[in-house]
Amino acid sequence: MNIYGVALLALAYLLGQWMGEILGELIGIDANVGGVGFAMVILMLLKEWFVKKSLFTYEMESGMDFWNKLYIPVVIAMAASLNVKSAVSAGTLAIAAGFIPVAVCFVVFPLIIKNFSPKNHGDTAQSD
Amino acid sequence: MEILLNLIDKNALVFGFLVIGLIVLFSDIVSKKILKGKIPGSAIAIFLGLVLGYLGGVFIGGEKGLSDIQIFKGVGFLGGAMFRDFAIVATAMGASLYLVRRAGLLGMISLVLGVFLFFSIGVIIAYLWGFRDAASLCTIGAGACTYIVGPVTGAAVGASSEVIALSIATGVVKTIVVTIFTPIVAKRIHLNSPESAMAYGGLMGTSSGVAAGLAATDPKLVPYGAVTATFYTGVGCLLCPSVFFIVLKIILE
Repeated sequence: MNIYGVALLALAYLLGQWMGEILGELIGIDANVGGVGFAMVILMLLKEWFVKKSLFTYEMESGMDFWNKLYIPVVIAMAASLNVKSAVSAGTLAIAAGFIPVAVCFVVFPLIIKNFSPKNHGDTAQSD
Repeated sequence: MEILLNLIDKNALVFGFLVIGLIVLFSDIVSKKILKGKIPGSAIAIFLGLVLGYLGGVFIGGEKGLSDIQIFKGVGFLGGAMFRDFAIVATAMGASLYLVRRAGLLGMISLVLGVFLFFSIGVIIAYLWGFRDAASLCTIGAGACTYIVGPVTGAAVGASSEVIALSIATGVVKTIVVTIFTPIVAKRIHLNSPESAMAYGGLMGTSSGVAAGLAATDPKLVPYGAVTATFYTGVGCLLCPSVFFIVLKIILE
């Protein structure tokens, strides 16, 4: 049944978001801390367990996969609902402070990969 | 006509599916026929989404781009936090837990480094633009992290509402910049593996921007980028109004 897959996804989603809310409250900030990340890890664990027990059917997978594939359309809808106009017209400071750090990170990024990527055995926290 | 408008109003989400489907169709045709596949259809569609969001703001003047126009409110619902997060979580089904574990340290280092870099560069820029008080500098620096960290920090340190609005705008600019530039620079910065996507998500942070940018680069990388990016706002909300604010105050005095 497709709905089993969707329900499993919903379970992982809700558990993860719940953990995120609780963590946010524990450290005293009014925000969800990593709820989506927790949910993703929970989903991966659940899926692994279901596969191991051979309970993960093709139909379940396709129920989940539908939402996986709907991801890009959702992102397009999200882009269309951003406050693009006010961001563009908020003045030079918002544009500079939004753009320059990203540009700097494009330069920094290859350095991090080089120094800390597990492939290169860079498993110590040296930042030379 | 009025019957049709009423119908759309009652079935906003379904109409949203149709609208997004048409945007994707149009982008696919542009990608294949006009650009000969040089830019992926999804990248064009996301960019087109931003343009429509801009036009929505120009014509209606609301805060939610295209979805402030009554008949397009379903687009806003489809692109809202619930569907966005649900679909991001669903992408994890294709990710390997082993790879996520293996790149865990890399992800964590990028996360802390990313929040620190965006905050400090944001503060420096705000300083150059004439801000001198710790609360305003801190809030704009936080806005350079994400558009959620900005207002959360601003409220905590007591910044003015103009500065908070500015920090939100800064965060939205960042999201847009990351969305547009990720597919453009991906090859040059070696953003091509699950590990690098995790580091990228941690460094850049903005979940929406990272996820949209990676979707346009290579959809297989989306879950890896998202799994670290989702912690960014939390780390930012934790560090900016506390440690960073105190350090900033000490530096200014």
